[in-house]
Amino acid sequence: MARKLPPKDVVLVGFGWTAAILGQELTDAGLQVLALERGGWRDTPTDFAPTFIQDELRYYFRRKLFAEPSRETLTFRNAMNETALPMRQLGSFLPATGVGGAGIHWNGQTWRFLPSDFLARSHNIQRYGKLPDDNMTVQDWGVTYDELEPHYDRFEYLCGISGKAGNLKGQKQPGGNPFEGARSRDYPNPPLNMTYAPTLFAKAAQELGHKPFPCPAANMSRPYTNPLGVQLGQCTYCGFCEKYACGNYSKASAQTTILPVLMRKDNFTLKTQCEVLKVLMDNTGKKATGVLYIDEQGEEWEQPAEIVILCAFAYNNVHLMLLSGIGKPYDPKADSGVVGRNYAYQIVSSVNLFYDDKYTNTFVGAGALGMGVDEFNGDNFDHGGLGFIGGGYLACWTTNGRPIETHPTPKGTPRWGGKWKKAVADNYLRQTSISTHGAVMSFRDNYLDLDPTYRDVYGNPMLRLTFDYKDNERKMSDYLTDKAAEIAKAMKPREMSVNKRTGPYSIVPYQTTHNTGGAAMGADPKTSAVNRYLQSWDVPNVFVMGSSVFPQNPGYNPTGTIGALTYWAADAIRNQYLKNPGPLVQA
Amino acid sequence: MRKAKENAMSSTGLSRRTLLAAGAVSAAGAALTAAPQPAEARTYHGEMPWSPSAADAPVPVEPGPYEFFTPDEAAFIEAAVSRIIPKDDLGPGAKEAAVPTFLDRQMAGEYGRAERWYMLGPWRAGTKSQGYQSRLTPAQLYRAAIKAIDEHLKQANGKIFAQLSPDEQDKVLGDLDNDKIKLTNVSGKAFFELLLQNTIEGFFSDPIHGGNRDMAGWKLIGFPGARYDYRPYVDKHNQKLDLPPVSIQGRPGWNPKT
Repeated sequence: MARKLPPKDVVLVGFGWTAAILGQELTDAGLQVLALERGGWRDTPTDFAPTFIQDELRYYFRRKLFAEPSRETLTFRNAMNETALPMRQLGSFLPATGVGGAGIHWNGQTWRFLPSDFLARSHNIQRYGKLPDDNMTVQDWGVTYDELEPHYDRFEYLCGISGKAGNLKGQKQPGGNPFEGARSRDYPNPPLNMTYAPTLFAKAAQELGHKPFPCPAANMSRPYTNPLGVQLGQCTYCGFCEKYACGNYSKASAQTTILPVLMRKDNFTLKTQCEVLKVLMDNTGKKATGVLYIDEQGEEWEQPAEIVILCAFAYNNVHLMLLSGIGKPYDPKADSGVVGRNYAYQIVSSVNLFYDDKYTNTFVGAGALGMGVDEFNGDNFDHGGLGFIGGGYLACWTTNGRPIETHPTPKGTPRWGGKWKKAVADNYLRQTSISTHGAVMSFRDNYLDLDPTYRDVYGNPMLRLTFDYKDNERKMSDYLTDKAAEIAKAMKPREMSVNKRTGPYSIVPYQTTHNTGGAAMGADPKTSAVNRYLQSWDVPNVFVMGSSVFPQNPGYNPTGTIGALTYWAADAIRNQYLKNPGPLVQA
Repeated sequence: MRKAKENAMSSTGLSRRTLLAAGAVSAAGAALTAAPQPAEARTYHGEMPWSPSAADAPVPVEPGPYEFFTPDEAAFIEAAVSRIIPKDDLGPGAKEAAVPTFLDRQMAGEYGRAERWYMLGPWRAGTKSQGYQSRLTPAQLYRAAIKAIDEHLKQANGKIFAQLSPDEQDKVLGDLDNDKIKLTNVSGKAFFELLLQNTIEGFFSDPIHGGNRDMAGWKLIGFPGARYDYRPYVDKHNQKLDLPPVSIQGRPGWNPKT
């Protein structure tokens, strides 16, 4: 029997990026805010110190900073006619647990989506007549780029993003990304210093008529003090960003941008090792009364609150909605319901280049250090006759030379033995790669629901993921990979290997932690779980943050847009909801 | 001393609930580690939590006799990793770089017990894209597969793996890699995949974990190790830097001989 606690104005479920932003914004509005985090407290000097964070085995291969499947996982299958089985080890994606969430172990690649990305359905139908696949459930977001622009700006200045504007108030800027939406001002910091390989990529791309630009990075190109007065240090290019936390206060995260201010506020409280099991509802089912959580000692508590905001990892928000009865569960056969609908991911491929005469020294790196081209992203190119919509960026990154993970060998090299050893030794310092980072559209039979067999540690049904790449994504990824190979050829390597995306989606090899959808935002409650302000259509005092609200996944990394949407929702809560609690959009 | 350190680590790294969930509190597990202390739920209000000297530092592996492998298993492992990464004119191989010690300590620890994996049933064979669906932990897989391979070889020609010539060993490893050897109750292919991955881990991970002795793996390829600051080198395009490797515990030039 849960014991009942004194009420709070706001409960934040999880304490990563989105919860830290909301905590800061809503305590500023005078509210009493409580964050419940299932993992522990962790911070730079104690948990990520530069004296021991550069440990590839401990942090990546032994999963030190990530969620543990022993405690929470999901089941997975490629198609509805298969039996889903548990993801017993982490692989394809790396969800987090603990303060700061997955935002502590990201690379820092911080993009804005294209204006047309937010109009994916109407824009593509207008330009091409119809969508290429009848099973596509691609939708408009219900919010526009122009509406989000001030919020992108706030997030970029919070983080101290290093980059070069390509479009200032409609004026194209040489050296920046010419395809980006208009921005109100330049990035807060100049681009990072460029290592060798990305300059080779940029030169070759330019020769082919593309417009390469330094990719936007949450790695500091110089010391930075953000608008909250929190200071970050200059990046030291140690090459341990993604899968690691930064020991040098050089990568934006909740810890390095917000927590020193938020944690000291009198109207903010954080409880760690407290996992929310359910959002509690009143007897109408239209209002949340608070949450039920369990602490590390196994005690259950009822925490009443006026507003409940789901800030857990993308699919965990969806799981909690399904377990709590917030919104109608999606049924792909009947094509009804919304919660679990429109799950998407990312599709990636690469080209490896090997040189005899060029030392690339990729161990000198940073998570978002690279040059990119955006000619083949979104609808930046004519898709007429191609048979797919969407696209992605191509980039030559120098993220790392961590040798367990990064020791590429040319095609035809054995996987072990003396020849393998020689190939690794010969190529390690003289290689680079071009990666493609592609969009994944949403489809009727890619979705999340509750598993009929497997249960989590609390006895609740696990979340079940049904997902595979469709023809649209495969054609698109092949197209991007061909374009990457053209640039690679112009970089004149001794040899190269083109790694196209083949076979079904697999949960085994790491790809990206860009899981999206399941609680899609939109303008129509029949096809979206939350409205344009990330407010539940069905339970208006519940808001849902993070990439769970993406109706499909554009060809960029998601964090920039997650940050912008969080500020957008915080603004709506502060300036509209608090004055008149209730639905912010009439269905 | 090592035991005390291990216990200190497990009390911060893992909760009892996690272990219970994984079904990992078995007799075998209990024999290797004391019951961990539960991490208590905590409330933070009006403070930026910080405790001096509370860093979550790694526990160095100490060299010494095998803790997990039996003599027969050790003979197999030493022979197998010598073929996966052989000693040659480029330098030490996996055996010389102490990869067997690394593997031993990994199997004896939380990884060997699959403490972070979901290890509850129902168990079914899945598709390739659904990943690992065996009920064996890494330690159990090593133990069962080594025994089964040696029995298989002994039946065929009277010799166990460690007694074969290097060429014959390469043939056996290749057959395991290509899933051509069918063993009783265990997948030779699954074992080979794990052994290959773990051998590479032991060859290239920080020496603090027991392998990569003298940073042999890093010296082979030119990786400078756990360095913190490369700012002076970002602009040195197309230059061979030749930076001597540094481990988390420093490097020989820094540490006085004791």
